[in-house]
Amino acid sequence: MPAAESYPDELKYHPEHDWARIDGGDATLGVTWFAQDALGELVHYEAPAVGSTVTKDESYGEVESVKAVSDIVAPLSGEVLELNQKAVDEPETVNDDPYGDGWLIRIRMSDPGEVDLLMDAAAYRAHVADQ
Amino acid sequence: MEATLHRTPLYARHVGLGARIVPFAGFAMPVQYEGVIPEHRAVRSDCGVFDVSHMGELHVDGPTTQGFLQAMLSNDVDRVGDGEAQYTLLTNEHGGIVDDLIVYRLAHGQFVLVVNASNREVVYGWLKDREPRGTEVRDASDAYGLLAVQGPRSLERLGLFEAPAFTHAMGELDGIEVMICRTGYTGEKGVELCCAADDAPGLWDAVVARGAVPCGLGARDTLRLEVCYPLHGNDIGPDRDAISAGLGWACALETEFTGVEVLRRVRTDGPARKLVPFVMEERAVPRQGMPIAGGGEVTSGTHSPMLDRGIGMGYVPTTTASPDSELVIDVRGKPKRARVVRKPIYRKET
Repeated sequence: MPAAESYPDELKYHPEHDWARIDGGDATLGVTWFAQDALGELVHYEAPAVGSTVTKDESYGEVESVKAVSDIVAPLSGEVLELNQKAVDEPETVNDDPYGDGWLIRIRMSDPGEVDLLMDAAAYRAHVADQ
Repeated sequence: MEATLHRTPLYARHVGLGARIVPFAGFAMPVQYEGVIPEHRAVRSDCGVFDVSHMGELHVDGPTTQGFLQAMLSNDVDRVGDGEAQYTLLTNEHGGIVDDLIVYRLAHGQFVLVVNASNREVVYGWLKDREPRGTEVRDASDAYGLLAVQGPRSLERLGLFEAPAFTHAMGELDGIEVMICRTGYTGEKGVELCCAADDAPGLWDAVVARGAVPCGLGARDTLRLEVCYPLHGNDIGPDRDAISAGLGWACALETEFTGVEVLRRVRTDGPARKLVPFVMEERAVPRQGMPIAGGGEVTSGTHSPMLDRGIGMGYVPTTTASPDSELVIDVRGKPKRARVVRKPIYRKET
């Protein structure tokens, strides 16, 4: 069952439709409801390797639906600590629960100051409304 | 951009159902309603309906038409009787494929060609330029609506009896006059219903009321690829000969038609490359245009909802064209393994 549209207040957002949940020096990353809805039911998640580094504003992986492929853009920089194997094995999890079970990677931030450059939920909702 | 696109008689239905509309072959067409995967599954398990009114219908009539079509089309049109239909190719001098189409014989000297939307004008022009005295080619595409109703329960839902594939007959569905064609592009049992354009919304409503699930072009593509039906513009085209494309069965090489001597030579010498179906061995979705190691490229690729794997077709050298050959596909810079399989890629368990 695809999730209903939502943009949780406790998350930070990147304009390329990615979210970050900050937890001390770590962050969990994923794609927003808007991104998964635009792509449709996901059939593949090409994940980065644990231990690799991701760079803010650059692609760290890909998600694909039947019809389209999309880069996943890192909202923050850091080292990949963990990837969500459930999203690799069952990519539709991202459609079902984009902010919960459908998270994509967890990173150790290399520059926590980057958090201040992200949008809050209100700003992101306004950004989506413009699309 | 949308303003310049043609609309089928069912455009308002698609918008009303919340379809995602995309430009396709000059038409604003529904790519999906609920989602490609549920629509695909509906056709494999029950019944789906597709608006294919964008396809072209050309009437070709007259006392010399039979001989004209025999000279233009690859298959043996003399074998098509009244009430029958045949898959065939319009070929060029190089044995390439101008279009793949279905020819319906209505009566002696009266044929309808159902052609790809993207090739409607090319095919019309090609035939018009070569039209002999005693034949008239007429583009009647705008006069008709065309619905494909496909799936194992399609006949039951429409209240139709079984009939042989590639036959057609006039009939009525819930009071609407239709030409019922036993043809399709999904590998499932089903029909294509041709009606007057003005009747198309009523026919659509009747078919949906009988339980057919509205399906878009997305599911149409995944369904056809699972059963290895080629798509013109992807897998076949003017620069690909019919034999290399695996369509020798639709070429009556003992008859005379445009480019036949080239096709006879390819048949005798053997093609250098062949169109083959493959299944990914690793998680990845192949896409049109991706290179295949050792020479070759993917011409169609998608994710198979039934196999839950990447599948596709592509041209490869004959040495790697036999079933079980391993292929390596360049998926945006990453090599991913695939294996050549026999047609069809997906076969229903019986």
